[in-house]
Amino acid sequence: MSGVRLTLRPGVGTSIDTDKTLTFSFDGKSYEGHVGDTLASALLANGVDIVARSFKYHRPRGIFSAGSEEPSALVTLRSGARQEPNIRATEIELYEGLEARSQNRWPSAKFDLMAINQLPGKAFAAGFYYKTFMGTPGMGTKFWWFCEQFIRRAAGLGKPTVDPDPDHYARMNAYCDVLVVGSGAAGIAAAKRAASAGARVILCDESAEAGGSLRSACEYLDGEAAQDWVKRELAALAEHENVRVLSRCTVQSMFDGETYLAIERVADHKLRPAPHEPRQRAWTIRTTSAVIATGAIERPMVFGGNDKPGVILADAARRYAREFGVSPGRSVAVFTNNDTGWLAARDMARCGVIITAIIDTRSDVGDAIREAGAETRATIHTGSAVLRAKGFQTLSAVEVADFNETTNTVGSNRQIVACDALAVSGGWSPAFHLTSQQGGKHLTSQQGGKPVWDSELQAFLPGEATSNWHGAGAMAGKFGLRQAFRSGEEAAVLALADCGLGEGESSVPEIEGDSIDYAPAPVFEVRSKHKAFVDLQHDVTADDVRLAHREGFVSVEHLKRYTTLGMATDQGKTSNVTGLAIMAEARDLPIPEVGTTRFRPPYTPVALGAVAGEKFGHLAAERLTPMHDWHVANRAGMYANGPWLRPESYNGPGETVEQAYIREARAVRESVGIVDVSTLGKIDVQGPDAVEFLNRVYSNGFAKLPVGKARYGLMLREDGFLFDDGTTWRLDEHRFLMTTTTAGAGRVMEHLEYHRDVVWPDLKVALTSVSDEWAGVALAGPKSRAVLENLFGAKPISNDQLPFMGVRELKLGGIDVLIARLSFSGELAYELYCGAHCGQGLWDALMEAGRPHRITPYGLEALSTLRIEKGHVAGPELNGRTTPHDLGLSGMVSTKKNFIGKALLQREALQSEDRLQLVAIKSVDGQRIRGGSHLVAGNRDEPGISQGHTTSTCFSPELNCYVSLALLERGKIRHGEKMFATNPVRSAHVAVEVVSPHMVDPKGERMHG
Amino acid sequence: MLLTCPYCGLRDQSEFTYRGDANARRPSFADESIEAHAAYVFDRENPSGLHEEIWNHTSGCRNHIKVVRNVTTHEVVSCEPVGPFAKALKRGRAT
Amino acid sequence: MSRYSALAILRNAFTGNRHWTPAWRKPQPKAQYDVVIIGGGGHGLSTAFYLARVHGIANVAVVEKGYLGSGNVGRNTTIVRSNYRLPPNSAFYEKSMELWRGLSHELNYNVMFSPRGVMNLAHTPGQMDAYAERGNQMRLMGVRSELLDRGQVAKLNPGMDVSGSARFPIEGALLQPDAGNARHDAVAWGYARGADQLGVDLLENTEVVGFLKEGDTIVGVEVERAGERSEIRAGKTGVAVAGSTSRVMKLAGVDRLPIESTVLQAFVSESIKPILPSVTTFGAGHLYVSQSDKGGLVFGGNIDYYNSYAQRGNLPVWEEVMSELVAMFPNFARLRLLRSWGGIMDMSMDGSPIITTGPLPGMYLNAGWCYGGFKATPASGWCFAHTIANDKPHALNSAFTLERFKQGRPIDELGAGPTPWYH
Repeated sequence: MSGVRLTLRPGVGTSIDTDKTLTFSFDGKSYEGHVGDTLASALLANGVDIVARSFKYHRPRGIFSAGSEEPSALVTLRSGARQEPNIRATEIELYEGLEARSQNRWPSAKFDLMAINQLPGKAFAAGFYYKTFMGTPGMGTKFWWFCEQFIRRAAGLGKPTVDPDPDHYARMNAYCDVLVVGSGAAGIAAAKRAASAGARVILCDESAEAGGSLRSACEYLDGEAAQDWVKRELAALAEHENVRVLSRCTVQSMFDGETYLAIERVADHKLRPAPHEPRQRAWTIRTTSAVIATGAIERPMVFGGNDKPGVILADAARRYAREFGVSPGRSVAVFTNNDTGWLAARDMARCGVIITAIIDTRSDVGDAIREAGAETRATIHTGSAVLRAKGFQTLSAVEVADFNETTNTVGSNRQIVACDALAVSGGWSPAFHLTSQQGGKHLTSQQGGKPVWDSELQAFLPGEATSNWHGAGAMAGKFGLRQAFRSGEEAAVLALADCGLGEGESSVPEIEGDSIDYAPAPVFEVRSKHKAFVDLQHDVTADDVRLAHREGFVSVEHLKRYTTLGMATDQGKTSNVTGLAIMAEARDLPIPEVGTTRFRPPYTPVALGAVAGEKFGHLAAERLTPMHDWHVANRAGMYANGPWLRPESYNGPGETVEQAYIREARAVRESVGIVDVSTLGKIDVQGPDAVEFLNRVYSNGFAKLPVGKARYGLMLREDGFLFDDGTTWRLDEHRFLMTTTTAGAGRVMEHLEYHRDVVWPDLKVALTSVSDEWAGVALAGPKSRAVLENLFGAKPISNDQLPFMGVRELKLGGIDVLIARLSFSGELAYELYCGAHCGQGLWDALMEAGRPHRITPYGLEALSTLRIEKGHVAGPELNGRTTPHDLGLSGMVSTKKNFIGKALLQREALQSEDRLQLVAIKSVDGQRIRGGSHLVAGNRDEPGISQGHTTSTCFSPELNCYVSLALLERGKIRHGEKMFATNPVRSAHVAVEVVSPHMVDPKGERMHG
Repeated sequence: MLLTCPYCGLRDQSEFTYRGDANARRPSFADESIEAHAAYVFDRENPSGLHEEIWNHTSGCRNHIKVVRNVTTHEVVSCEPVGPFAKALKRGRAT
Repeated sequence: MSRYSALAILRNAFTGNRHWTPAWRKPQPKAQYDVVIIGGGGHGLSTAFYLARVHGIANVAVVEKGYLGSGNVGRNTTIVRSNYRLPPNSAFYEKSMELWRGLSHELNYNVMFSPRGVMNLAHTPGQMDAYAERGNQMRLMGVRSELLDRGQVAKLNPGMDVSGSARFPIEGALLQPDAGNARHDAVAWGYARGADQLGVDLLENTEVVGFLKEGDTIVGVEVERAGERSEIRAGKTGVAVAGSTSRVMKLAGVDRLPIESTVLQAFVSESIKPILPSVTTFGAGHLYVSQSDKGGLVFGGNIDYYNSYAQRGNLPVWEEVMSELVAMFPNFARLRLLRSWGGIMDMSMDGSPIITTGPLPGMYLNAGWCYGGFKATPASGWCFAHTIANDKPHALNSAFTLERFKQGRPIDELGAGPTPWYH
């Protein structure tokens, strides 16, 4: 093929601006094109014929289509961090400085050594991987593993970058009454009609310019050239206050509830996005109804060598001539089985393309069509077929044979027609990909969703609608401009009815131009002994389809999966129906009985970053406590605890985390420490039945909790396993403040709300999450009371006024403070809550009041250390697999009342003493017990099986050794036993002694003091 | 997929949390039998076609709703309020 | 029936590939079989294969509603691993690994098992401890595992965001070096061909519409083939129909099971040159990704959280999955999603499977695979065949009972409790 720019004049090159020249490079060589060109049209204009190589055989590939259906012309666009592999040259708009390279070839697209893959020829047929590379028994995996390295490197298409994407993406939500997909004749008609009825309309088109087939049409609409008509109508639509026109915006998927995902390519037609401009924008469009007017995709014919650069779809060739003023070759032959091929030839000839021959499988061709053929001055071969394309690398001639329409076979009459481009048309496949994504059956319909074969058009049409969408134009089998306009309006009326809107006004233009038959002859393949391709990207041949048939892979899905037909980056847009037809012939079945596979979203490949949208890079909100800035300013290392960031430890200069937490924990035991507990879940529980509700959701009793007291409560799941724990404070007869674990806050709230609403709607109780409303500070250590006395005076803090588990309200300056005397560390301790906006004030006041006692802020590590020493359980022990009894909390399980989880807690296996039970272990050889250790009986070399595992480990300043809480089989009766905490993945094996989990102050004298 | 919250109106599924089969009914509070609770907690009809289920409008009003949905087509047939405010809402609608 | 080999390929290439024979027969159903397996997916086919190969029971039919391998075996993300923490799972999946390693030879079919490693990223010290606990459990069960630090992770994954400024900075990872991928369709086809060669009848496009019962005992199935109904009697009837379990069991009068069906979506990108060496999972969400031999990134995340029998999902999961993927690999943002699809998962109440005799006499049940069914394919069939042949479970599946829920013996890896969509 040797494409060439035609003489540009009115009607030739309607989409390009010849006054504006752009420079671009392909494979390092510099070329020129015009504004309005695609990379494909510009490459064609510059005579670049081989632009890519196929996936498997590395055969040369040229430009095959003019749109998003392109299987062949894949290039790598841009470089560096913006490098994008597998971009279709037919879709990318030319811009100044565009840089593209061919891919999947070495050293070049023109001369690719990897084409050696063609040598084994038929050995590389479909399914060959499954039959070999197995190696010898015993080492099979290794042999495949070895081969796979090479196969993986040879496979794949373009090269990805390892640099982070420098661009950003945006996300939009949009709502409308009628979404119109596609702005060809049918789409414009539908949008106009819907808008005229007052509907809110969104009109999307994947191209930069609207118009679809109108952009290259020769027809006159209301006496105006189609291109001018489109421009005017589009401008009018865009002006309409109810209409939003989105160009470069492909509607990719149809989801449930009339929700559509569309991707707008905001800046892909530029060298780089403008500052602050997103590269692409993902639109979530929620509509009441939709008109799908996505047109049709031309099918090729299958014949020998049909993959050669130079073979191009007929309508694409016509578009290149009309819109871009480019001829696909110096002499172009046309091969068709329908009238559209002839009109393409005529339109091309009118643009100055030299048409040498028109070859049609049909012998019976209408007079009007013959006239169109005569206008091209080409030799006409009716009742003939192209048997094969000839030429080294690119097309130089075709071999034409006489064709028997009844047997679909060629005769012996052969002649060679010289040409360097062959425009082929095998009929049209409606593009109902979007609606097919829904699949399945509809409630009110038996047939819904499944495509229906139209034997006249030799094509599948979309099945019955499964939701509020209406097909229009070629997508619905309504070919030709007249039908497109009419069906567009009809679809709009149906969509308007879905919205409960009136019918609007009709405004179909008067159309001057051809009126032709779009139905092709039922010919899909011209059989010969030459290699003929069905799927151009994946190199699936017609013989591969027949091989699949021979080996029993006859269902459509098996055909697809076994041969990889239709699984390339074009998802078989130009090859699926042809593949089916060949299988149908092999099975001797009508095509629809072979079936179709469901199209899967997206319609065309979508940048992952566009779907990720703004979430890119920071996919979850960070939750910060009111005192966050103070922590950071005071050298806290912050630790992600669920969505929260919490101080891990406050690291003094040169201090390690371990040194810091040991210092902090020691300070608590010796004097006083302060810790931010704002992250705890807090739920306000109110109502006359609040106490009854709590009594049902906690395993221990809450009925008798007096006002002004707090109680530690255990919550079980309905299946009897521990769910969450925390203290609940009775502030009033009918008012409680419940605290939950930090991680459990959300799920506890949902659990409570579910039981209140769904299970016990008769209980009068209101639940409000107040986690964010309260800031929380815990003060712990023997001097904690002294600190509070500094602030509040001695009396309110005295043991009488505020006993262990007591709760009271106090004022600190203008701040209302709730104080509860609770202890997680086992020391005398308090929790103080105040409004979140006063949190820092309270913190500062406590720090100031604690100065004489060298008050020490402590982080999660010290908090954890203190509770481990005390044997208090937390998240790692509440792992969803433990019961109260396992953790030594049987006393918290009421026998006097029912509660959530009680029944299933009685299940036999949960009552077993063989279960893993909570113990503590102490390192007896001075080695550190590291997280994730298992408890075993044996030495490092023969550890034996796991008898349990550690849950929370630390260095205990109080015991001066490494300790850990652990879950051990029958642990309760094994205190004193010597074992090993083994940690092979961390290369540790520590001698330990099993002890009671209550390692510090087992009688609880300190916190009660 | 969209669900109609009876309190807030038509909303995207992403605002809701799924809470499962609406026909999984907890035994009466007095019942402490393993058998009845096991059936409630573990056994599901899991029908194809119409399914009655509870959703929570977690990122909205936090009310629970009972949805009848065709699980084969994802078609939402109805959304009804449940819980303490359900009656009040229904009364309010009637007037 | 021809054996597959490099030589066979060459021989056939010289004769234009005209002499290849069907991979399996398309037999007519017999009136009676020793065993009928319902479900021609991975698990059903492997069960039939091992019944014939290990237990000498070849008078077996596999009854499949659509085409062989039309369920989840052809819709998954092809991950094969045994990195479990609870002993019953660990032992079972390690048996599967053992079978995977020899599978291509056993079947004379290249299932492309590729032990490229499965890497689970950890994002906090606490998560590292949890992975260490799991890795140690694996070691103690004889399964290789390694704990990697951030530097080691970075070295293996060019392009990954290992910076401390990531929203969830990567702390390290747990690696099972012997885990990896296999070619999903090949597994179904390999087992099908293997079972067929041993005499098993594979009945495609044959839908079970009812069960034959004598009293309470199941004695076969009623099927519909090409619009016609007929009876197939069976000494034993096994059910391995994944997402359709409740539907099929209802036909036998079993109305309630500890299973709910939900949809899991999977995604594949365009083909690119190798960039991702191992299977990698994101630890601050739910995402798993690997690169196929063809070059596509194959990935997935959570199920769509609601009951579903539709093989397609919705947008929220797309957004969640893609954002996690580009958070982990910011260089993937410009790569493009090619295709997504859905499969129906049989989510059990504890996230672990059921392979058991019963629940009715004459019947055997294999279900509850959640979204871990692919890797289990060999061991599932192997254990199910054993259970059917011997009328009692093998030690490896003795914990995977239906009764475990009522007895209080759940096998809950995540500790998520009896909420199927949390597993």
